[in-house]
Amino acid sequence: MQVKLTIFRYDPENDKKPHFDKFTVEAEPTDRVLDLLEYIKDYKDGTLAYRRSCAHGVCGSDAMRINGVNRLACKVLVQDVGTTLKVEPILGLPVQRDLIVDMEPFFDHYKSVIPYFVGSEEMPQKEQLQSPEDRERFDDTTKCILCGACTTSCPSFWANGNYVGPAAIVNAHRFIFDSRDQAVVERLKILNDQFGVYRCHTIFNCTDACPREIQVTQAVGEVKKAIATARLD
Amino acid sequence: MKHHQYEVVIVGGGGAGLMAALYASKGASTAVISKLYPTRSHTGAAQGGVGAALGNAEEDNAEWHTYDTVKGSDYLGDQDSIEFMCKAAPEVVYELEHMGLPFSRNEDGTIAQRPFGGHTNNNTGKPVTRACYAADRTGHMILQTLYQQCIKNKVNFYDEYHVVDLLMSNGAAAGVVALELATGELHVFHAKAVIFATGGHGRVWEITSNAYAYTGDGVAITLRRGIPAEDMEFFQFHPTGIYRMGILITEGVRGEGGVLLNGDGERFMERYAPTVKDLASRDVVSRAMYLEMKAGRGINGKRYLYLDVTPDLVNHYATLDGRTRPDGRPYVTSAEEILGKLPDIIDFCHTYLGVDPVTQPMPVQPTAHYAMGGIPTNMRTEVVIDAKNKVLPGVYAAGEVACVSVHGANRLGTNSLLDLVVFGREAGVRAAEFAQGADFQPLPENPADFVRAQFDALRNGSGSEKAADIAKEMKEIMFDHVGVFRVEEGMQQAVEKIRELQERFKNVRVADEGKLYNTELLNIWELSNLLDLAEVTAVSALARKESRGAHARDDYPDRDDRKWLKHTLAWLEDGKVKLGYKPVVKTKYEPKKRVY
Repeated sequence: MQVKLTIFRYDPENDKKPHFDKFTVEAEPTDRVLDLLEYIKDYKDGTLAYRRSCAHGVCGSDAMRINGVNRLACKVLVQDVGTTLKVEPILGLPVQRDLIVDMEPFFDHYKSVIPYFVGSEEMPQKEQLQSPEDRERFDDTTKCILCGACTTSCPSFWANGNYVGPAAIVNAHRFIFDSRDQAVVERLKILNDQFGVYRCHTIFNCTDACPREIQVTQAVGEVKKAIATARLD
Repeated sequence: MKHHQYEVVIVGGGGAGLMAALYASKGASTAVISKLYPTRSHTGAAQGGVGAALGNAEEDNAEWHTYDTVKGSDYLGDQDSIEFMCKAAPEVVYELEHMGLPFSRNEDGTIAQRPFGGHTNNNTGKPVTRACYAADRTGHMILQTLYQQCIKNKVNFYDEYHVVDLLMSNGAAAGVVALELATGELHVFHAKAVIFATGGHGRVWEITSNAYAYTGDGVAITLRRGIPAEDMEFFQFHPTGIYRMGILITEGVRGEGGVLLNGDGERFMERYAPTVKDLASRDVVSRAMYLEMKAGRGINGKRYLYLDVTPDLVNHYATLDGRTRPDGRPYVTSAEEILGKLPDIIDFCHTYLGVDPVTQPMPVQPTAHYAMGGIPTNMRTEVVIDAKNKVLPGVYAAGEVACVSVHGANRLGTNSLLDLVVFGREAGVRAAEFAQGADFQPLPENPADFVRAQFDALRNGSGSEKAADIAKEMKEIMFDHVGVFRVEEGMQQAVEKIRELQERFKNVRVADEGKLYNTELLNIWELSNLLDLAEVTAVSALARKESRGAHARDDYPDRDDRKWLKHTLAWLEDGKVKLGYKPVVKTKYEPKKRVY
C-alpha cells in the first residue's frame, strides 16, 4: 500500500518559518511509522531530523504528534493510523529542528520533584524487605520511560510551561508510594505548589498518550489525595 | 571549538557508564558524555533479570554461578574475572536495591528470582532460580535507578554529545573529541582518564534486538587509534527475537515455563539438551532452532518457530518435567501470573504481531543480540593492548563494549546486567584512583583534525552510492554468513563483500549541509564504524577453525582446545585486519565437554 505523509519541517539555520513537506512511500500495514521515516531519510531526504533508538517502545526517543495525537513513532503501525499521516513535533517545547524539540525544560521539571530514592540512614546488610502488595502499590508508575508524550499532550502544560506536568508527577508518585522511601513529605510539598498537581484538570490526554499505558491521570489524582490527607507543615 | 577539562570522562550513559559515574564522581571531577539522553540507552531494553546467587528461593552460591558462567563461555572466559564478577553479584544487587531499585518480591519480602538459561544447581544439573528481576523490565529499572542516583549526586552530563575520537599523548589517555548534536560544534574534553561504556554493535546484522544506537562506536574509535579488539567473532544470537523484526522476547518466558515448538508441534529442545531442555544456554538453543528450520521443521516450513507460554501448555510440560515451586508444590501457572510477570512481552506481541501470548504462540527466530567481544581489558577494567596484557594508562572500558572476558564464547542470560554494574563500578573506582595519582597529559596539537578529516571525507564523496544500500548489503551478508552457523566459503564471501562495501562507502556523500542536529552525518559516520567492526568480525571468524560457543562452524564442528583455547586480538592497520592471540586465564576449571 501507499502511505502519504505530511511532515513538519523547520531548520532554524535556513528557514524563516516552519513548513510541511509531503512524501509518498510504499509500506506494509504492519510497518511502524518509524520505518516510514527511516525510509524517507534513507532514500528521499537525508536532512529529515528526528530522534530514535530502540525502535520498540522502551527508550522514549521518538515521541511525536501523529495525526494530532502523541505517539511513539516506533510503537504505532500503519494499520493503526491509516495511510494518510500528518507528523509533527510534540507541542509545548521549542522546536530545534524538524521533529526534534528541546527536552531540557521537560527534564528540568522531572528533576524538580526529587525523582530519586531517599533511603534510611541505616541499610540492612541484605535487601530491604518489601511485601509484594507494597511493591505493587507503585508498579504502574515505574514503567515511565520519560518520552514526554503525556506532558506535551496536556493543555495545562501548553497554557503554562511552568507546570511540572504529568511525567514529573508520575515519577514523584513512583517514590511517594514506595514503602521504602523517606522523602514523601518533601515531594508532596513540592507538588502542592501553584505549578504542581492542581494545574491538572483531569482532561485525560496524558493517559491516552502514554505509550506504556500508565494510568497517568489516576496517578496524579492519587498524589492530589495524598497532599490533601498529609500533614505538610 | 570548545574546551572542557575533567579528571574523568565517561563515554556512554547506559548502565555501565552511569555506575562508573556514581563511583568516579566520589573521587574525581567527572563528566558523562552520551550521544543519547542517558535514559534512552540500550540497558533499558534488557528484560529478564540480573544474575546473583542470593539463594532467596532455593539453595545457590557464587561458586555455582562461577562454574555455570565458565561452562557457558565454552571455557573461553577468563576464570579470574568470572569469579570476581560472580562473587560481587549478591552484594551489587543489594546495592541496587538500596538505591531504590523496585525488584519484584517474594511473599517474604525478599527479591524475587526466576530460572534462566544455563544457570543450574551444580549438584542436580537442574535449572536454579538466580535471575533477580523486576517484572520483565529489569534493565529499564536499573537504568532509571542509576540515572536517578546520578541526579541525586549531581553528576555532570553532556547529553546528545557524540564522542567521535579518543585523544592520547605519551602513550596515555588525554581526552576525547565530541560533536554536540544540537549545534554541530566540536568539543575537546581534556581528561586524565577516559572510560568507554558505549555498548554493543548488533546493527551489523540484519535481524537484531539492538537499538539503532548500537553501532560499536567505542570499539571503532579505539581500533582507529591502534587499540586491538578482542574475540570479535563471538557475537550472541538470542534464540527468541520476534520473527522478522528481531525485537527481544526475554528468556524469562522460558524461565516461567514457556517452551519452543517446531512445525510438527514438537518440543524439540528435549533432543538437544535432555536435562535443561528449553533452558540450555543461548548458543545451544539458537543452533538447535537453526537446525530445525534447516530440516524443514519451521512453522509452515518457514524460517521461524513458536515460543509458547499459554498456561495449559506450560502446565503440561511442567508436569512432565516434574517442575515444582520453591516450596515444593507442583508448578501450575495461570494467565494472571503470566500477565503479571511478563507484561512488556505481552504488550510487544499485541503491538507488533497482533498476538496474545496468553492464548497464542509467538513466532520467533534467533536475533543478533550481544557482543561477547570488544575492547580488551583486564579485570580492573584497564584497557590492555597486546598479547602480554600491557596496560594503556588512563583508558578504561566496561559493559558490553569491553571484553574482560567474562562471557568468553557465549554469554549466559542475566550476566550482561551483572557485568555492567560490577565492572561499571570497578571502572569508576579505578579511573578516579588513577586520576588522583596522575597529571593531565598535554593535548595533542590540533586535536580535532583526525575527526575533521573523517567528516570531510563523508561530505565530499561523489554521491554515487547510498549509505542505506551499503548498510543493507552488509547486514544481509553478515546475517547469512557470519551468523548462527558458519562455513569457510561463506565467511570468505563475507570478508570480500565487506571489503567491497568499504570501497564503495568512499562514494557516499552526506547530503545534509546543516549544522543543527545533522543526524545524517552521524548516522553515516556510525555506518563507517559498523563496516570496520563487520570486517574485523568476519576476519576473526574466518581464522578460527573450530566451533566454540557462538562461533559454530559446519566444517569444524568440534571445539579444539589444543589449538584454539585462546583469545583473538584484531588490529586495524592501514585498513587491513591483523590478527594475534593471547592465552585464556584458567584458575580451577579444566575444560570439559559441554552438555546441558
